[in-house]
Amino acid sequence: MSSHLPLPVLLTFFGAALFMPLAGLVHRRAPWVVAVAGSLLAGGFALFGLLHVAGHGEVRYSVGNWDPPFGIELVADPLSVFMLVVLAVIAAATLIHSREPVEREVAARPALYYASALIMLGGFAGIVSTGDLFNLYVFLEIAALASYALLGANGPRSAVAAFRYLILGTIGASFYLIGVGFIFIETGSLNIADVRAIIEVVGLTVPIGVGAAFMVAGIAVKFALVPFHQWLPDAYTEAPSSSTALVAPIGTKVAAYVLIRLMLDLFPGERIESALHLREILGVLGAIGILWGSIMAIPQTNLKRMLAYSSVAQVGYIALGIGLGTAYGLIGAVLHILNHACMKSCLFLVSSNLETKGRGVKIGDFDASLRRDMPVSSAAFAVAALSMIGLPPTAGFFSKWYLLLGSYEEGRWFFIATIIASSLLNAVYFFRILERMYLGGGDEPARRERTRGAALLATPAAALAVGLLLLGFGNAYLVSEFIFPIVSGP
Amino acid sequence: MTESFSQYGAYWMCFLVLTVGLYGMLMKRDYVKKVIALSIFQAAIILFFVIAAYKEGAGVPIFDKEIGAETAAAYINPLPHTLMLTAIVVGVATVGMALALLIRIRRGFGTLDEDKLKEKMKS
Repeated sequence: MSSHLPLPVLLTFFGAALFMPLAGLVHRRAPWVVAVAGSLLAGGFALFGLLHVAGHGEVRYSVGNWDPPFGIELVADPLSVFMLVVLAVIAAATLIHSREPVEREVAARPALYYASALIMLGGFAGIVSTGDLFNLYVFLEIAALASYALLGANGPRSAVAAFRYLILGTIGASFYLIGVGFIFIETGSLNIADVRAIIEVVGLTVPIGVGAAFMVAGIAVKFALVPFHQWLPDAYTEAPSSSTALVAPIGTKVAAYVLIRLMLDLFPGERIESALHLREILGVLGAIGILWGSIMAIPQTNLKRMLAYSSVAQVGYIALGIGLGTAYGLIGAVLHILNHACMKSCLFLVSSNLETKGRGVKIGDFDASLRRDMPVSSAAFAVAALSMIGLPPTAGFFSKWYLLLGSYEEGRWFFIATIIASSLLNAVYFFRILERMYLGGGDEPARRERTRGAALLATPAAALAVGLLLLGFGNAYLVSEFIFPIVSGP
Repeated sequence: MTESFSQYGAYWMCFLVLTVGLYGMLMKRDYVKKVIALSIFQAAIILFFVIAAYKEGAGVPIFDKEIGAETAAAYINPLPHTLMLTAIVVGVATVGMALALLIRIRRGFGTLDEDKLKEKMKS
């Protein structure tokens, strides 16, 4: 099996999606069972892949036995298996959690909802594991189309937000495709490794430069980097809560993966950087995004909207790490992909719990009754919030620490100031909620009505919160074992 | 300028179409017009790849005994065409998805005009 490595994860997601219409006929809850089973199985394959690649080195699989420069190639290298594990873990947590929210919000056809969710996950897995530029575009659109369906499944307001995302997302993906066209015209190849070898010979010609700019700009739209972030807050706020919990932690991270892949594998070296300043632009836009997202998060009255703006800020950290381009910067960026996926997933799961229990997501309505009615969710929220701020034992501290080290090494004082300022701003908007939850009054006695599936709602959020602490403590092992091989290259 | 136009005229026209599509997607207030612009935009990209495959004096990429397999310059490059077949499928799916969303919006708000929608969503 190990020679087919990235394929089982993809096949599991797409295969489970194909089973959905059948599962919908069997039983009302069968689609949920299939989705959870599929994501757990995919998670198992991804973990196996992570350990295998760490032990035996990368695996390349030629689809249909067509050799690489001509056929499509799937690649399992340290970066892609790492992303597959992040993807599958978050997917499993969110899908386990999604039973009650989906029944409540998208009651009509759960089978179709779960089918779109699994197609989207399969698309993301495809983006992460393909070694072919055009194939990446196709998976990008598969994942995007499914995510428009997921985000627009909550009545007409969410449809408006999803339509706006569709317009911007299509522009982004199309710009990427134009970039691929320019690269193809100049090099005659679509295989990432092959194109890189050709660029090293022919050097930076005008079409390659134009293509690189188009590709990075297109992916930046999907990445919600700051001037292109307008679609994100509306789409995440109006969507069904379990869609947001599924799309928000993973969607932008996969775009981050594509950017890292482009910068690390396709356009490496100082010659392209000195001509195009792509890394410089990414870093500065990331820094602006960190500040802008954090400032916009403070006045929000809706929890989901606040978390969405904080996503804009957190995406900025990843862009800043990619922009630094040094070992520390990239370690920070990759580690932050993992940490932020866990944190944001945990926070959105709690906000979904609030909606499912009928508490609403207006920050003004939060009070101490929350911690009595939902002790586990509140505790998980507190841990994730502390991690977002970046307090030491939690995971969030370490990725910021690597980014700070990288900025210090390069003498980028503006970046250091940005990271510290944003931690303070994060503290402002998260303590506003923690204060209401843990210090605020609320005299009404605990009304402990049992909600259906309460354990299913609370457990994934709690598991992710514990995971954040474990990631914090196991950080040194994680970085030296799995992340350093990504950065140090083959 | 005139030289680059005579040599790359097709590309100039293609990027003109692309700009028309982009303008429509971003600036038109009517959502149906945005979807029409989206189709124009994607058609421009398909044109771009097909133009890139063109070679002066070359024929269809089907093996011809009189030309033989060695003279590659006698055949146009078929790969961009096949890529664009996939891109057309993606484009159809995107337009279908957009129209499905528009139906939901229209049923919910009774309009597809951005300004009116903004007003209705506030209340």
